[in-house]
Amino acid sequence: MSGTHRDGEHDGRHHEGVKPRAEADYYAGRIRAIEELLVEKGVLTKEDVRRQIEYLDARSPANGARMVARAWVDPEYKTLLLSDTKAAAAELGIDASGPVEFVTVENTPEVHNLIVCTLCSCYPRAILGRPPDWYKSFNYRSRAVVEPRAVMKEFGLEIPENVRVAVHDSSADVRYMVLPIRPPGTKGMNEEELTGLITRDALIGVSAPLAPVRTG
Amino acid sequence: MTRFEPGVHVRVRSDEKPGHVRTPDYVKGKTGRIEGIQGAFKNPESLAYGGSGLPELPLYKVGFRQMDLWEGYAGLADDALYIDLYEHWLEPAQKEAR
Repeated sequence: MSGTHRDGEHDGRHHEGVKPRAEADYYAGRIRAIEELLVEKGVLTKEDVRRQIEYLDARSPANGARMVARAWVDPEYKTLLLSDTKAAAAELGIDASGPVEFVTVENTPEVHNLIVCTLCSCYPRAILGRPPDWYKSFNYRSRAVVEPRAVMKEFGLEIPENVRVAVHDSSADVRYMVLPIRPPGTKGMNEEELTGLITRDALIGVSAPLAPVRTG
Repeated sequence: MTRFEPGVHVRVRSDEKPGHVRTPDYVKGKTGRIEGIQGAFKNPESLAYGGSGLPELPLYKVGFRQMDLWEGYAGLADDALYIDLYEHWLEPAQKEAR
């Protein structure tokens, strides 16, 4: 039985996975039941639900990356992004209209911004799509406010002692996105190349943009 | 129109209110500073239960020093937390501010 050891490992992992999966099944079932009731009562239609899922799936962190890259190369756009994120999104053809407000916060050599929603999972969905699972975890939501520096370190981002950390708890009707610092060594890069450096995690603040790949 | 101006210090009410409340416990009773006014929004405490959410409430961006929120906070004295709070959760702070 050469596979015994591996099987043991696999079992261990399997057991760890059992509980969250069971909970997911429970909540998935509950959500389906609620959906059925809402449809039955005429509050929603199946088509509304499908359309909303399609709407969310059509959004992605690539939208945020485009906005940030444009802000890095165009000072006027940067001013617009920081003063009116919705209008800045619209300018790139990204529809973020709706009752929710969007605000972009700028990282500088003096301050690093981190986004969290301690109450649930508020996130700039109309621009970036659905948040990552860890963003919705109790662990991140509770610790990002209490020990933001330790949390970012776990993501591999160490904030120097001379940089202030500003945590934004999106508790109400405003959704936040980070404008990261343009990485050094990117002077010769165009907007499209810069877009490739901007990750979802950098837009939340748990990471810095990617470093440019050195050529030649 | 709004009760508080940017720059003034406010204290978050400590009320225990059941239901869909957008004021987390960790800021209740704490003193912060009005950083800005986000606009007027429907009251989520009413909207969540099929209410109209009207009248709309001013929503403030309130800044706190992390040191004031958490005992033994490990970070810089200038580290800050910003959160959006509806007007009815805020009251003028006695001038104990920074």
